[in-house]
Amino acid sequence: MKIRLDLARCQGYGNCVFAAPQVFDLDDAGKAVVLVGDPTDDHIAAVRDAVADCPARAIELAG
Amino acid sequence: MSRQRALVVGASLAGVQSVRGLRDAGFDGEIVLIGGEPHAPYDRPPLSKEFLAGSVGTPDLQLLPDADVRALDVETRYGVRATGLDPVVRTVSLADGDVLPYDVAVLATGLEARLPARWADLPGVHSLRTLEDAAVLRAALGRATSVLLVGAGFIGCEIAASARSTGLDVTVVDVVPAPMLRALGSTAATFAAGLHREEGVRLELGHGLTELDGGGDSVRAVLADGGTVEADLAVIGIGATPATGWLAGSGLSLDDGVHCDEGCAAGPPGVYAAGDVARWWNPRFGEAMRVEHWTTASEMGRFAGRAAAGDSGSHTFRPVPYAWSDQYGIRFETAGRPRADDDLQLVRASPATREFLALYSRRGRVVGAVGINARRTFLTCRRLIQQGTHIDDALARCSVDDRGTSGLTATAVRNT
Repeated sequence: MKIRLDLARCQGYGNCVFAAPQVFDLDDAGKAVVLVGDPTDDHIAAVRDAVADCPARAIELAG
Repeated sequence: MSRQRALVVGASLAGVQSVRGLRDAGFDGEIVLIGGEPHAPYDRPPLSKEFLAGSVGTPDLQLLPDADVRALDVETRYGVRATGLDPVVRTVSLADGDVLPYDVAVLATGLEARLPARWADLPGVHSLRTLEDAAVLRAALGRATSVLLVGAGFIGCEIAASARSTGLDVTVVDVVPAPMLRALGSTAATFAAGLHREEGVRLELGHGLTELDGGGDSVRAVLADGGTVEADLAVIGIGATPATGWLAGSGLSLDDGVHCDEGCAAGPPGVYAAGDVARWWNPRFGEAMRVEHWTTASEMGRFAGRAAAGDSGSHTFRPVPYAWSDQYGIRFETAGRPRADDDLQLVRASPATREFLALYSRRGRVVGAVGINARRTFLTCRRLIQQGTHIDDALARCSVDDRGTSGLTATAVRNT
């Protein structure tokens, strides 16, 4: 599974970091950063929450 | 055994997330999504912001694209309202006469804008809840040079900001003394008042209006202090009420929302509620609450969907409520469950940089935060609330996060 982050959509709400802190962070400009682009099974449930809870619909989980 | 059926009532954000939660938890029965509005579910936050300002159109608002309808294998019934729930025989009645049996049901009918009857039919007087409201308002604003906002909550302030961005004269009227007071608390709301004034909004706060006349080409308001405001149109943004009228007679507890336990269950077997319409017991804060914000609706919808599917991993729904509002490129954020009698610790308040951050604590633990342009630090605050961090540790963590930001001095003030 691969995470695709659309930075043009990202508004920096931080819901992804809140849902999956091991996988996402915000940079100093307030945009999301993917820490683990190829998440393990341990992370998948949290990443699904991050995808669903993104108000900007900037994250996709594909593959 | 015949296939199970889940009904999700309300084609809202919470409704859509309930459908996702059901499937995520392995529900393999039939799912029917029922929506009273005549179109597919759409995202509401942009309606008072980017959509009004014209930078976002209807296609950008879709919450459940056709591809997802197929992938989730959900039957959609849009444009037909639910009119009743019978939890004994387990059916939901629809306005077109259909009566649908269910095994599980998630109630996510959201809110209805509060609009006093005496103003509802006045020409030039608008409210904003639905996509149709927003389209009518956008067109009206496009023809106007001035607008009066009745209500200084998030919605009123967002519409004010959108209208200023297109050059309109904007007046905001409310009985409260500062904008977004209920959400932000008095310290941050007073700070926010300064920002709105800087952006050229005329704030008429601390006294309500006694009269509102429409008709012709303008509206005219008489204020309680004797002043008057004339504008091309008025928008009423004085809050909303849970859409529970259709549940009258169902036996559910409906005082300010559908009452639920800590697992989003509404009482009768198989019935759950989620989103703005649901009032549930949040064990993290030890109180029943109803939250009218995007993130809670999203999280709660998925939680309720999973719970309805029998997911044993979903025991209690105990979020740290989070809300944001974007105005003039300024981000307002709140988290947790601050109360007026909590202690308020001001982390920073800089009108020059338009930055503000304050933490609320109760018995030494952080229970809430309010931020203006606090960016990444606000995320730290959400985490600190989630962890029930001691206020001293929390202030230290905020300072670390703030390194590079000048003027950081923590001072304790009583939030009154």
